[in-house]
Amino acid sequence: MTQFGIDVTVDDIIDSLGFFDNWEERYKYIIDLGKELPVMDASLRTDEYLVRGCQSQVWLVDEWRAGKLFFQADSDAFIVKGLLGVVLAAFNGKTPGEILAFDIDAYFTQLDLLQHLSSTRGNGLKAMVKRIQERATQTN
Amino acid sequence: MTSLAVDVAESRFDVEKIRADFPILHQQVNGQPLVYLDNAATTQKPNAVIDAISDYYRKDNSNVHRGAHALADRATVKFEAAREKVAQFLNAPAAKQIIWTRGTTESINLVAASWGKANLQRGDRILVSAMEHHSNIVPWQLIAQATGAKVESIPVDANGNINMLAFDTMLDAHVKMVAVGHVSNAMGTINPIGKIISLAHAVGARVLIDGAQAVSHWAVDVQQLNCDFYVFSAHKLFGPTGLGVLYGKEDLLNAMPPYQGGGEMIETVSFSGTTFNQLPYKFEAGTPDIAGAIGLGAAIDYLHSIDRTAAAAHEQALLNYAEEKARATAGLKLIGTAAHKTSVMSFLLEGAHPADVGVLLDKQGIAVRTGNHCAQPIMDQYGIPGTVRASFSFYNTFAEVDRLFTAIEKAKTFLV
Ligand SMILES: Cc1ncc(COP(=O)(O)O)c(C=O)c1O
Repeated sequence: MTQFGIDVTVDDIIDSLGFFDNWEERYKYIIDLGKELPVMDASLRTDEYLVRGCQSQVWLVDEWRAGKLFFQADSDAFIVKGLLGVVLAAFNGKTPGEILAFDIDAYFTQLDLLQHLSSTRGNGLKAMVKRIQERATQTN
Repeated sequence: MTSLAVDVAESRFDVEKIRADFPILHQQVNGQPLVYLDNAATTQKPNAVIDAISDYYRKDNSNVHRGAHALADRATVKFEAAREKVAQFLNAPAAKQIIWTRGTTESINLVAASWGKANLQRGDRILVSAMEHHSNIVPWQLIAQATGAKVESIPVDANGNINMLAFDTMLDAHVKMVAVGHVSNAMGTINPIGKIISLAHAVGARVLIDGAQAVSHWAVDVQQLNCDFYVFSAHKLFGPTGLGVLYGKEDLLNAMPPYQGGGEMIETVSFSGTTFNQLPYKFEAGTPDIAGAIGLGAAIDYLHSIDRTAAAAHEQALLNYAEEKARATAGLKLIGTAAHKTSVMSFLLEGAHPADVGVLLDKQGIAVRTGNHCAQPIMDQYGIPGTVRASFSFYNTFAEVDRLFTAIEKAKTFLV
């Protein structure tokens, strides 16, 4: 399984998405990214790890190892799951300092995906980003 | 209407002429001509409405009922004329029975809080259907909590019909309020409210009808229905956001305590005691949404200017056409298959999350709503996370339905 943030980096994603010239290829790529996410154990899909979105749901589990934060994430929607991969490429296996220094809005703007980070979409993605940043603040 | 009558009325309908009245429809979204199929969330506004609001601010803007000058007079006359138009639109006995609110939600909150406070006590029952919008559930839960009454749900079957037999058996003298939607926003079911109202009245219960999803489709007659309260939002009737209507029977409204305090709603104020204004002002504290009311008045005038029978037939024809295509689409499941429906098509694609379908349709210029449609209880009952909802208005075309299905086929290639 692909390790986001390690095998798939922010630069990989910027390169790949920049390469496609139509929305179909971009969204096929995003959906495929979601399929690369390590499978989250069904037993972790609990309320404790649920980041509620009003449309789709996101589960996020974090682990603190050797000064870095590692995340498992899952969603019941394919596109959101792919976008979780896009987010984890930036945040997974990073130090709290790296996480807090990363400008996620600029990254999503560069990818032309900013509308998915807006709270109006209610897809849980924005809430997940916030939760990751909070974890980073707590451990920093 | 019979299908022949639908065909005949539909054939009179010139949709291109109608579309010319709605400027927002003529734009590109994500590089494609917009197909707006989210009419159950909010309807678009004709030029007549946009112009009325803009004219009001350009020429007449002033506070109502209090200025001693020409502008205030003009604003007041237009504002009250709008109330009169709404009264006629609902066939209410008098304009003073039309209360302006911020929307359906506030109208229901007003009745729940004010009527509920005066009339509910421990052990009383409030019945709402299992497919109500959250706006027609939560206000009742709040007043139930405060008074010791309880809220119970009237069962809805797998097709989206209220189980009338079950409703009948739930009714007894403890039922004080029955609050149901005229039309379900999640599925388009047209509920048999005439029957519901007479059954409820037979046990002495009051009835509130949430008309948010009905008013844009046909003329409502509150006297014929004999409902106690009828509520809707202007923005779902081709009017502006921020304005709603509460119709109530006069004796009930008169007996109800004020909802909010402030200016406009009082007769005299002193620290030894305050007396309240007459209907409808008793319930309209503060400066009202004057422009909104004038905009709604213009929307009603607009509806009178078109052939509403033909428009309704066109909507039904769009629904029939879409559902026929849906039944021929592999992996598509319709949610809500009641015999009587407004032009709402809720559906799921097998194996695909509705939110994903929504994103992929948006990429193709098609605006639909996805999610639980603020009707979580019925989605939970069906064991689904929500649906994709395409809702048609009379300005939609058959070609747009075709575009929807082409886009659905494309979405399927991504998701299933
Ligand atoms: C049936 C129904 N009731 C209530 C509402 C709430 O209306 P508003 O948000 O305009 O107050 C809606 C709108 O979504 C609705 O469809």
